[in-house]
Amino acid sequence: MSARRIFARPARLAAIAPYLWMVLFFLVPFGFVLKISLSQTAIAQPPYTPVFDFTEGRAALAAAFAQLSFDNFRLLVSDNLYILSYLRSLVVAVTSTLILLLIGYPIAYGMARLPRRWQGVAMMLVIVPFWTSFLIRIYAWINILQHDGLLNQVLLALHIVSAPVVWLSTDTAMYLGIVYSYLPFMILPLYATLSRMDASLLEAANDLGASPLRAFWLVTFPLSLPGVGAGALLCFIPIVGEFVIPDLLAGSNSLMIGQTLWLEFFTNKDWPVASAAAVALLLLLVPPLVLYDRLQRRQLAGKG
Amino acid sequence: MARPVNSITRFNMTSLALGLAFLYLPIVILVIYSFNASRLVTVWGGWSLRWYHEFFNDRAMLDAAWMSLSVAAVSATLATLLGTLAAIGLARGERFRGRALFSGMLYSPLVMPEVISGLSLLLLFVALSAERGFWTVTIAHTTLTMCFVTVVVQSRLSALDRSLEEAAMDLGCDPVRAFLMVTLPLIAPAIIAGWMLAFTLSLDDVVIASFTTGPGSATLPIRIYSEVRLGVKPEINAICTLVIALIAVIIVVASFASKLSNARGESAAPL
Repeated sequence: MSARRIFARPARLAAIAPYLWMVLFFLVPFGFVLKISLSQTAIAQPPYTPVFDFTEGRAALAAAFAQLSFDNFRLLVSDNLYILSYLRSLVVAVTSTLILLLIGYPIAYGMARLPRRWQGVAMMLVIVPFWTSFLIRIYAWINILQHDGLLNQVLLALHIVSAPVVWLSTDTAMYLGIVYSYLPFMILPLYATLSRMDASLLEAANDLGASPLRAFWLVTFPLSLPGVGAGALLCFIPIVGEFVIPDLLAGSNSLMIGQTLWLEFFTNKDWPVASAAAVALLLLLVPPLVLYDRLQRRQLAGKG
Repeated sequence: MARPVNSITRFNMTSLALGLAFLYLPIVILVIYSFNASRLVTVWGGWSLRWYHEFFNDRAMLDAAWMSLSVAAVSATLATLLGTLAAIGLARGERFRGRALFSGMLYSPLVMPEVISGLSLLLLFVALSAERGFWTVTIAHTTLTMCFVTVVVQSRLSALDRSLEEAAMDLGCDPVRAFLMVTLPLIAPAIIAGWMLAFTLSLDDVVIASFTTGPGSATLPIRIYSEVRLGVKPEINAICTLVIALIAVIIVVASFASKLSNARGESAAPL
């Protein structure tokens, strides 16, 4: 028996504790979300009527199944509020991902073209804000964007505008906040593929007479597509469910689905509808999650 | 002669510099304004430590800060333990039944919207009729951050030269001993970096903590968040600066740990 196989057994045993932890605190909770999304709203504590009661045996379980209610999901598709907030989430996520790509690509490209010893420093500089509290970074922008904030002071002093511009509670502020918060998530996968690229390919394109721009479009960009895909999904998926940024920076006239869920849960205390919204949001995210998983696997296979 | 491809063009440098300025300027401005003597956040009234003084006399804020620091320390320690074990299972366990589910459960929280994780954990705690407060938030943060620890440690384990472990075992070590004597010292920097990452992520979280905490035990981000919704307050600038300073110390330690791991001839963890 090889040393590798002998090592595998205790390694598998090591995984038991985290496995159980994730089943109990990640998988099982989704079961509860599903269950409560199918129950009736009740004015009680907790505010829903239980669907299953495992203590009453199989007959009671069958009876409970017959009582499952899709009312909450029916409400989701019939009420404009939910449809609109889903659509808004998608629009915001797609738009922000595109802006992130446009801004992140040149930065990642610049990093990958730095001399080797500076690349580590540049990467560190991009990662550090990711470590700094995300709430604090949004708050920093509120400081700058408020009515008599720094941005308006500068614009007024330079006579670019004659009266203070309203920045807060606008979509502009929200997009700014999203792009600012997610930029490292876009840059890092892009940088990872760009820095691994073989520079001799570009030299070859150059020798064969391609202009730098043409070489970029024909060689660099197609080769960086795995990084583009990974970065786009890494941003798109969490932005769809984003709550804090739109809540603090955008206006309150149109909500993203994360905000609607929060409102149903904390303000309206309608747990079943909030759960139904969570299930629907999760279903919406399954295709990009699967796609992301595939991309990761392919890249891991390519590396090994 | 062909132009060297690696030359730093002006465009590259400009985009890099603008990008970094965009990332750092807001934070720098926040830090500077935290020393502002004026009550009006936007008017400069000279340097002062007034708002730091205010914070250290604010009982509720201090309680929240203490709660956050303890949650972060306990959950980061639990997450490092569980995440490292999970990484060992994934990197060294070869094929086993339920492996796909295991890695799926560990990778999805990395991108899962926090509202979903928070809501689902709360429903679990309610179903178990657990009293909500310190422990429920700690469990929730452990669940989220152990996934990040797993990624960091696993990538380090996969980059490691396995012949070292095999040599130890050929020389008569049993697997556990080989792991403790050879592998563990080599992945220690990644484990330290994982703990630091888990700590800062926990210190940062508003959404999951809002769902899983109970009345009367708000974390610092929850308090900051409710203050920020009411508008900018100079005291918040001071608190944020203190948090940034704490995180800066953590980053320095973590990067020292990853330098140490580089010095040992292995590639650093991705985060």
